[in-house]
Amino acid sequence: MAEAVLRLEGVVKDYGDGQVPTRVLHGVDLELGKGEFTALVGPSGSGKSTLLNLMGLLDRPTAGRILLAGQDTGRLDDAGLTRIRGRTVGFVFQFHHLLPEFSALENVMIPMMADKGRPDPSMAECAGHLLGQVGLSAHLHKRPGQLSGGQQQRVAIARALAMNPRIVLADEPTGNLDTHSADEVFALLRNMGVRTGVTFLVVTHDPRLADRCDRIVELVDGRIVSDRPNVKG
Amino acid sequence: MPFELFVALRFLREGRGQTALILAGTTVGVAVIVFLTALIGGLQDTLIDQTLSSQPHVVLMRPERVPRVLPPPPGTALAALVERAPERERSVEQWQQVLASVRETPGVLAATPMASGAAFASRAEVSRSVSIRGVEPESFDAVIRIAGTVREGRYRIEGGECLIGTELATALGLAVGDRLRLATAEGRADLFTVTGLFDIGSKEVNERWVLVSLRSAQTLLDLSGGITAIEAKVRDVFEAERIAQALGARTGLASDSWMRSNKRLLDGLRSQSASSYMIQTFVILAVALGIASVLGVSVIQKSREIGILKATGTSTGTVMRIFLIEGGIVGVVGSVAGGALGALLSFVFQLSVTNPYGESLFPIALSPRLFLVAGLVATATGLAAAWLPARRAALLDPAVVIRNG
Repeated sequence: MAEAVLRLEGVVKDYGDGQVPTRVLHGVDLELGKGEFTALVGPSGSGKSTLLNLMGLLDRPTAGRILLAGQDTGRLDDAGLTRIRGRTVGFVFQFHHLLPEFSALENVMIPMMADKGRPDPSMAECAGHLLGQVGLSAHLHKRPGQLSGGQQQRVAIARALAMNPRIVLADEPTGNLDTHSADEVFALLRNMGVRTGVTFLVVTHDPRLADRCDRIVELVDGRIVSDRPNVKG
Repeated sequence: MPFELFVALRFLREGRGQTALILAGTTVGVAVIVFLTALIGGLQDTLIDQTLSSQPHVVLMRPERVPRVLPPPPGTALAALVERAPERERSVEQWQQVLASVRETPGVLAATPMASGAAFASRAEVSRSVSIRGVEPESFDAVIRIAGTVREGRYRIEGGECLIGTELATALGLAVGDRLRLATAEGRADLFTVTGLFDIGSKEVNERWVLVSLRSAQTLLDLSGGITAIEAKVRDVFEAERIAQALGARTGLASDSWMRSNKRLLDGLRSQSASSYMIQTFVILAVALGIASVLGVSVIQKSREIGILKATGTSTGTVMRIFLIEGGIVGVVGSVAGGALGALLSFVFQLSVTNPYGESLFPIALSPRLFLVAGLVATATGLAAAWLPARRAALLDPAVVIRNG
């Protein structure tokens, strides 16, 4: 396997007040290599989104270790997590989660501005270039409300790549789109993965899309029940 | 432009309705503070001004002589009946030196010698009891602004000239250029030519004061070059009592201040100020609650955006600063707009409420300090009111927000 970008060792996640905790993940071990394009599949309630939040450092595990780019994230405080998340992880959410107050260009610039503390012209240039790569050169200054669902998700993909991350986590990125747009957005994700060499983990319910990935990991009741390479991907 | 400011400005711009509401609340609050303070301050200034138009801020006099009873020899008892001798010698000793020293005292704007005593003013068969006030015209006007109140004639007192109030002129049927006889109880008398009639705004003073030259008063009152008092004007009228006491202690003279002789007025002004502070406190509280509640609602409405910002690398501290900046901006803009509105209200009120002569009944006292204080209060209120919503925003869990869509 290629160099590991993300490694999960015995990751456990409990929810609840401590008296009667509900275990959502039961000791998950997983390693994602550089440039891999992996599908995470499983029924609703199997813990996919929880696992994704842990991988993206939006949440902390109850037990186990998460190593991101070789760094043990359990030792980092909140500020450290925010920093490494901002610089290493890109997110694409199901509901695109763009900021409606900002243009497409500004939305892509947000992670860069948050990292550097202030906007600068090179950020606009970089964001414009990324939006060009996802086919939105003509829509740089439009607000999310002025874009179609597929276009909004393209902006979200550009934003996820803005900080030149090591890994992009996509939670049902096409779940809210019609089949045609879903195909286009998925193709774009795949294409960006190949072009940038960034590791992609895509959560999906759609077996047709999972079938287009390099590797398929299946999660059932908080446990990985299958992890196989996909030759068709 | 820092990232926090960039986002805060955009949130404010895009939430137009909310921003307008919160700004209107702050503006009205600041305007009320400015307007009320200016109005109450103006009324107080006018009251003080009117009260002090005919009296000096500080007076120094020769202390009263108190007879002492010698202690009886040991073993004997003494029953003493003390009768006060009439005060003959009333003059302030070494008054030129004392006057010079008073004039050099910090906080004293002007000081003037005064030779005053009772007399009768008569013309033909009509006579009135008056108070002769022997003055140096220039320094007296610096202490009590009287030259500007001369309604007829001129403010000139030389040799056998005198200035009288309009009420006394009416009572004695005198006009400028007429002659008036002044006589003291001791039998000294002289004739004076009326050079001007003043109206100082106090009926009693207009009826009783006869201003003559210092030398004429000294002759009439048999003071042989002496004076009965030194009168002074101070820069800060509320410092008058402190300065009077300090001057009294330094010169050994008896001292008095307008604050002691107008205690009731002072008490009234103090309670007026206290009620003004109460009103301001409640207005500030209302503004703070307004800002806090609108920002609070805004945080709840924006929780999704806050979650996205945090998921895309924005730190907890940055999120907090975004909302604090929003509160601060509202405070600053509200202060400027409220200051302008308060000033406008004050001027309109001043112009619209007038007496039949067109003079304003409600003078206002607008000072740069008032705007500065109101602005600082509103900005600090905006920041303080934004604190809780900002904390709430900063503590939002991005995973929860994103999970809930």
